[in-house]
Amino acid sequence: MTVTAIRPDAPVPDQALGHFSAGFDAQAPAAFAELERLRQRGRAAFEAVGLPTRRIEAWKYTDVRAIARADFVLADQQGGHASPRGAELALALDAYRMVFVDGVFDAERSALSGLPAGAEVAPLSRYLSRGELPTGLASMVDERASAFTALNLAFTGEGAVIEVGRGVELDRPIYLLFVSTAAERAVMSHPRVILRLGDNARATVLEHFVGESGAANLTNLVGEAFLAPGARLDHYKLNEASEREFHIANFKIDQARDSHFSSHSLNLGGALTRNDLDAELNGEGARTDFWGLFFAQGRQHVDNHTVVNHNVARTYSNENYKGILDDRARGVFNGRVYIKRDAQQVRGYQNNANLLLSDRAEIDTKPELEIYADDVLCSHGATTGQLDENAVFALRARGIDQHTARALLTLAFAGEILESTQLPEIAHRVERRVAGMLPDRFNLEGLVELGE
Amino acid sequence: MLEIKDLHAKVEDKAILKGVDLTIAPGEVHAIMGPNGAGKSTLSAVIAGKEGYEVTGGSITFEGRDLLEMEVEERAQAGVLMGFQYPVEIPGVKNVYLLRAALNAKRKAQGLDEIPAPEFMRLIKDKLAFMKMDGAFLQRAVNEGFSGGEKKRNEILQMLVLEPKLALLDEIDSGLDIDAMKVVAEGVNSLRTADRSILIVTHYQRLLDYIVPDHVHVLIDGRIARSGDKGLALELESRGYDWILEGEHA
Ligand SMILES: Nc1ncnc2c1ncn2[C@@H]1O[C@H](COP(=O)(O)OP(=O)(O)OP(=O)(O)O)[C@@H](O)[C@H]1O
Ligand SMILES: [Mg+2]
Repeated sequence: MTVTAIRPDAPVPDQALGHFSAGFDAQAPAAFAELERLRQRGRAAFEAVGLPTRRIEAWKYTDVRAIARADFVLADQQGGHASPRGAELALALDAYRMVFVDGVFDAERSALSGLPAGAEVAPLSRYLSRGELPTGLASMVDERASAFTALNLAFTGEGAVIEVGRGVELDRPIYLLFVSTAAERAVMSHPRVILRLGDNARATVLEHFVGESGAANLTNLVGEAFLAPGARLDHYKLNEASEREFHIANFKIDQARDSHFSSHSLNLGGALTRNDLDAELNGEGARTDFWGLFFAQGRQHVDNHTVVNHNVARTYSNENYKGILDDRARGVFNGRVYIKRDAQQVRGYQNNANLLLSDRAEIDTKPELEIYADDVLCSHGATTGQLDENAVFALRARGIDQHTARALLTLAFAGEILESTQLPEIAHRVERRVAGMLPDRFNLEGLVELGE
Repeated sequence: MLEIKDLHAKVEDKAILKGVDLTIAPGEVHAIMGPNGAGKSTLSAVIAGKEGYEVTGGSITFEGRDLLEMEVEERAQAGVLMGFQYPVEIPGVKNVYLLRAALNAKRKAQGLDEIPAPEFMRLIKDKLAFMKMDGAFLQRAVNEGFSGGEKKRNEILQMLVLEPKLALLDEIDSGLDIDAMKVVAEGVNSLRTADRSILIVTHYQRLLDYIVPDHVHVLIDGRIARSGDKGLALELESRGYDWILEGEHA
């Protein structure tokens, strides 16, 4: 990520502030002074930096003016959605579950009983109502990094706090379901996810974003994960937001010695999606794996910015992002691998492959490798192509029609990422979505089921 | 069943087929032999409908339909299947996906429902066993990392599952060891019925010991220069092609 110098004296145009100032004033007062100070810090940062324009390198390809123009309100904190239709999209996953509807915690639909001793999972609001700020909150993600991290801090109120104590291995995944509803007025939510894993602790966490059709809300998430020595976190993000949703996420991981972080960022939904994922490898033997899949069609826009900072010697990273773009969709991949001075014997691999299904689709891919050590193994590559017409012919020559042939090959392109998932329910969902989202309908469902 | 009349085709402005006439009746096995570059693969590609070949004259009818007017997949659904000389690797597409999608496409064209999964699996296991192929093949990507012989077996496996009316087999014997050739030949022979026809392209008489053809044709420079019975293949084996060329010029 390019660090943008903030000049607090420079005037920020009103438009760049959007309608958010009104939102600050409308927010219910903080219950305790420390929280109020935190929010003010966020507000000040936001007002100093303003919404990014495309003149800023990190936002060169992503235009957020539509967010500035929209007039988002905070959802009614009481919740009260009888049965959001998006909830039907929930995965049938045997998991500890937290459900948020338009950012508001829904206790009724959540299920957290049976957690092993040493593990604590609770909504952020529970901490705040006790007058307490959970450990780690706002300690890693800099609110001045972007307008969105600032906004998230300014609206600190809800989210998920997950603590897994030393040596504890969770028997089931933690499933965070974010449902966005199609309300009369577009709502915004600023969930914060805090994950703290003790020494050798182990957990799998899924963030799943779904939306009612037509929901045009803003979800602006900040995640902070702290991995103690030897901890292992498998993190999945499945974005199936509605075709009109704005989705912004900043997720940062602090990794101690011998910890292992694995990320799957699977993006299928949303009108505009921007993901920032940043791993800080701070202890020897730490390892991080970034897997990504983004599939956009229509006029969807999806922007992935990743950073891996090898801050010490003998740290390892492996990144593989695949993009599939159809119609007039636009994708961005910006992956930065940074190896600090004298961080020797680092291995860092990065790959980005993109498949363009239409000649009006567009991808901007930019790998950035910055190495300040000499004894390292690094590589990066980016490829963009179309489907292999010989393979299309080979399938058609067996009687498979054009569309199905192309769908099979598209699924095949995504296959590598899906096969690396440890939760079959997720791979299955993505396979079906990718198949179903391809132009024209065809029956691939039977095929998908058979493959298991 | 198949009637080819005065077929002319070119590739990138180069005339390859220069007036091919060939009639295949139901139940017949025809073999086409001929020197490298004569146009044998081009002929099967044009029948199958591969892009990049321009038909500049003549006609192909299959069961009374104008084959050249049909899409690639329509030809396959109608029962014309080509076994590739160089089977295409399709990374990431499992064999089982391809087989099921292909079989269902054919059934759909015939107005039938999709095949139920258990029935499909039984069918596949049966055919795999016949081709002496391991069940693990199903979960592997089509032809990816297959040995030359495995690729050819896989082509025949597809034929056994899809049961074409007309099978075009282009050098199905190349790259096979003796045992594999027997398995492949048995697979092809098991396809033989009174109403199914087979067109084999081969360079070697040996294959024709296993799959005995009703007719043998020699394709030279884009034309069928000579036709005969299986005895012609034996003659070619001992005399090569030159004498046919000389005969033509005489
Ligand atoms: N795509 C192409 N571009 C250019 N020339 C081609 C192409 N395909 C075929 N040809 C040419 O057409 C001629 C006939 O090729 P074809 O593959 O049909 O021969 P064949 O009889 O099958 O030969 P072989 O016995 O070696 O398989 C050859 O001269 C070949 O180089
Ligand atoms: Mg050939």
